[in-house]
Order: sequence, then structure tokens, then C-alpha cells
Amino acid sequence: MEILQIVGAGLVVTVLILVIKPQRPELALQVSLVFGVLVFLLILGKISGVIHVLEELSQRANINQFYLSTILKIIGVAYIAEFGAQVCRDAGEGSIAAKVELAAKVIIMVMAVPIIVAILDSLIKLA
Amino acid sequence: MSIDLVFKIAIVGIVVSVLHIVLKQAGKEDIAQIVTLAGVIVVLVMVIELISDLFVMVKTVFQL
Repeated sequence: MEILQIVGAGLVVTVLILVIKPQRPELALQVSLVFGVLVFLLILGKISGVIHVLEELSQRANINQFYLSTILKIIGVAYIAEFGAQVCRDAGEGSIAAKVELAAKVIIMVMAVPIIVAILDSLIKLA
Repeated sequence: MSIDLVFKIAIVGIVVSVLHIVLKQAGKEDIAQIVTLAGVIVVLVMVIELISDLFVMVKTVFQL
């Protein structure tokens, strides 16, 4: 199972970072960033599998493809923003992390507007 | 995409910090700073390459 490798590598990398941190904090941050990226690349394969299944299900239930792709985009934006904000927070830059998250929220709001409009239209049709 | 990149960066970090201390003892403070800067830049190039891979992959998976 990959989880064993991930946890093992995580512990080793944490110890390595503790070794490097006193002298070179900037390199320690980059080591943790690289480990985060590697774990996500490992998991991305699984996520794309799940997304394919979701797409097939939505086609079978003939849900409009636009909604699923918007939701996927929102998940992608949320993940990348959280990744960046967390790295900035690790480095101690709380304010930059907050700005990144604020931007992500705005982008997600912009993406969600069409869906909200669609829901309201269908509600109005019902009434 | 394997874990040795992490260890490569950790090695660079350790070597740079040791070099920094050695050069500082030898009294060559400026060279020590340059060596540290070089180490950070080398690691940064590696990290940026990996981050661009991540972003390309996220774009394809999430159809961004």
C-alpha cells in the first residue's frame, strides 16, 4: 500500500528538515515543499480515476456536463490555493497565505455564479 | 517522480551549511555568502521544475 511509503518518507523527511532548519531555513522549506508535491503527484493518479468514474456516472444520469466540469475546476483551484497557502504559512508568512486564500475564494465565487443562476432559474420555473 | 530528489536537496542543504561554517572559520565571509546563495539557487531551480510539473498535471486532471 502506498500509505506505508508515504508515512515512512514523511517521517524521514521531517527528521531531515530538523537537521537542516537551524542553519538553512530556506532550504528546509524547499525540502518540505518538494515532499508535498511528490505526495500529491503520487495521489493524482487515483484522483483522475475517481473523476473518470464520476464523469461516466454523470453521463449515464445525463446530468449537464457543465456542472461537473465547474465542480472539478473549483476543486482544483481550492486544492492548489490550499497547497500554496500552507507552504506560505509553514514559512511563517501568514499574511501572504491569507491573501492567496482570499484570491482563491473570489475565483471560486466567480466560477460558482453560473451554477447559482441555473438553480434560481429552475426554482423560478417551479414556482 | 521519486523520493531521491528530496534527499538530493537535503544533501545540498547540509553541504552548503557545512561549507558556510568552514569558510566563516577561514575568515572568508563573502565567499561563504556566495556559496550559500549558489546552494539556494540550485535547489530553487530543481524545486521550480517540480512545481511546474505539478501545475501541468493539476491542469490536466481538473481540466482547469
